Amino acid sequence: MPNVYHIVVCGSIVPDPLQTLEPVESPAGPSLKNEMMLPAVLDPWASHALYEAAELVKKCPGSKVWLVSVAPKAKLQQVMMNIAQKVPFELVAVEGASSGFMEAAGTANALATAIDGIADLDKSRLLLFGGWESASRGAGAVMQMLGEKLHVTEQFQGVDVLEVGDDDQFLIKERIEGGSYQVNETSGCPVLLGWATGNLPEPKNNPQVGMLNMRTVMPALQRATKADITTGDVDYKSVSLPKQKRETRVEKNMSADAIADEIVTWLNE
Amino acid sequence: MSEKILCLITANTEGSLDKATLECLGLASKLKSDGSAELVVGCIGKEPAEGISNCGADKYLVVSGEAFEASRYSTDIVAAQALLESAGSTVVIAPSSSRIQRFISGLAARANGAVDTHVTGIDTEDGRLTATRWFYRQRIESKISRKEVRPWIMSVESGCAAAIELGDSVSWEAISDLEIATNTTVKTIEATSGGDQTIRPDSDLLFVAGAGWTKKQADNSVKADKAAALILDFINRRKASLGSSKSMVDLGSEGQAVLPFLTHLHQIGQTGATPRHLKGLATCCHGEEPHAVGWRFIKERRAINMDANCGWAHGKADVLYVADAFEVMEKVNEKL
Ligand SMILES: Cc1cc2nc3c(=O)[nH]c(=O)nc-3n(C[C@H](O)[C@H](O)[C@H](O)COP(=O)(O)OP(=O)(O)OC[C@H]3O[C@@H](n4cnc5c(N)ncnc54)[C@H](O)[C@@H]3O)c2cc1C
Repeated sequence: MPNVYHIVVCGSIVPDPLQTLEPVESPAGPSLKNEMMLPAVLDPWASHALYEAAELVKKCPGSKVWLVSVAPKAKLQQVMMNIAQKVPFELVAVEGASSGFMEAAGTANALATAIDGIADLDKSRLLLFGGWESASRGAGAVMQMLGEKLHVTEQFQGVDVLEVGDDDQFLIKERIEGGSYQVNETSGCPVLLGWATGNLPEPKNNPQVGMLNMRTVMPALQRATKADITTGDVDYKSVSLPKQKRETRVEKNMSADAIADEIVTWLNE
Repeated sequence: MSEKILCLITANTEGSLDKATLECLGLASKLKSDGSAELVVGCIGKEPAEGISNCGADKYLVVSGEAFEASRYSTDIVAAQALLESAGSTVVIAPSSSRIQRFISGLAARANGAVDTHVTGIDTEDGRLTATRWFYRQRIESKISRKEVRPWIMSVESGCAAAIELGDSVSWEAISDLEIATNTTVKTIEATSGGDQTIRPDSDLLFVAGAGWTKKQADNSVKADKAAALILDFINRRKASLGSSKSMVDLGSEGQAVLPFLTHLHQIGQTGATPRHLKGLATCCHGEEPHAVGWRFIKERRAINMDANCGWAHGKADVLYVADAFEVMEKVNEKL
């Protein structure tokens, strides 16, 4: 310690989870009603990856974070206004659809091309970060595919803890069934980590960091190359909202005792 | 199109198969009787001790040995690739376990195939396979098919098919001499919440504790200790699985009053888990949409909340009891 790492965080944008989503047909396949109007956020698990990356840079001086994002440029720019104030990074933007209905392999290809194109990236120092699943496709597919394309075969998913020791020794805790962790040790770069929540709170906005980041964010958005992200060979037979809205019985005047009786009866059914 | 199916499973170090695996075998067996050309079962880890003849597969392949017993990307993907190549299948189905989920999309990349994960059903329609899956974290449901890319690789959620009954043992053909390279050692499995097992995926009941438990109550006091005692007492008596809301599990990292046994792993919802239990009881939780999407697969839902207009009241629960959860849960614990 301290080792120098080149941390590439992959993360796109998703509709703010508080928004109502409605699927509609479009010539490019299924999409969301008013998709371009919906307020967006950086994909939550990818944001955790970004915050963890920034924390690691603090511990390993000389390290650097790139945020690589495939998304519609205008929306990405809006999200950057907020995210750029959180932690220092250099943005690499690729213009392309970020919809959950698009094929994961296309996104992975676009990310691989973008990462290959980062001039000062030393792949022998690479830590490839992302969310273990997106809030759009929700499949956990892109990062693994990207790892394969970049020949990163030490991959971990559902990561909450990364501890870096001397000589590139990493202790990694992955979420597994039943609320337990699988504790792994791995040595050497490159390593791929699909982050779950990690352990850091969301950093407060820092206008100074924002100003520093924005110097590279705007040129990165202008430079963004285009990637043709499509639904691939998926044949969407139906795309719909779940029908099961329940008839809620609201009990306002029952005593605690009567409620407890009813709950216990229900639990014993 | 008649598909050749590989049912890809893993066995633990004792060679036993879990419920989700037996369900996946049940689904594979059904697809075979619906007209798929061939069914091969491929197992990573250890030759299963259980007799799975009832799945009716044409062939059983296994990759075993010490290196393959560990749940780890770099070795599992080599085993899976070898099984797929040996079986020559056009469709792969596998249970959505953490072990399978870690490598299944990588396998698709290696095999130049396509992948769909967290699939909740597979059927045959007009001779073609269709799969049901969700987008936007359980908010939009879709039925899809894949026109031509093969292999089509899918991981299937538990609870979506009937498990096979155990039967006679089968004869396993070993694939050996695989070349592996790994820098990773699996050290141990660690329980997260201080020894007490509070996440119980196999329980019939999910109990959600929301942020209200640690908020100021009507008498202006915060009763986190009492809340902790009531909640633990309940989930241990009833053997329920404990879940929570994002607000509640975030309190810890923000330095506020917390329940010591709650971690991010308990979080249900958009950025948490989507567990499968028959029943769910939400307490002191508002039932906002990002939380409620995690309840997609909970069939019977009840909530206790002081607010008659909370999210649960709006079609998200079957019953909402407008009451003080402290009072109600104390009585429930007495009666259990
Ligand atoms: C990007 C993003 C992702 C998110 N992901 C998730 C997610 O995965 N999971 C999740 O849960 N949330 C998620 N949220 C947050 C979500 O929007 C809500 O803020 C959160 O679920 C609220 O938690 P809560 O209901 O426990 O707390 P609160 O909203 O604070 O509600 C507390 C409730 O307790 C009730 N209460 C208080 N005292 C009592 C009492 N004595 N008896 C009965 N009731 C009482 C109150 O009436 C109130 O309804 C996300 C938000 C965003 C922006």
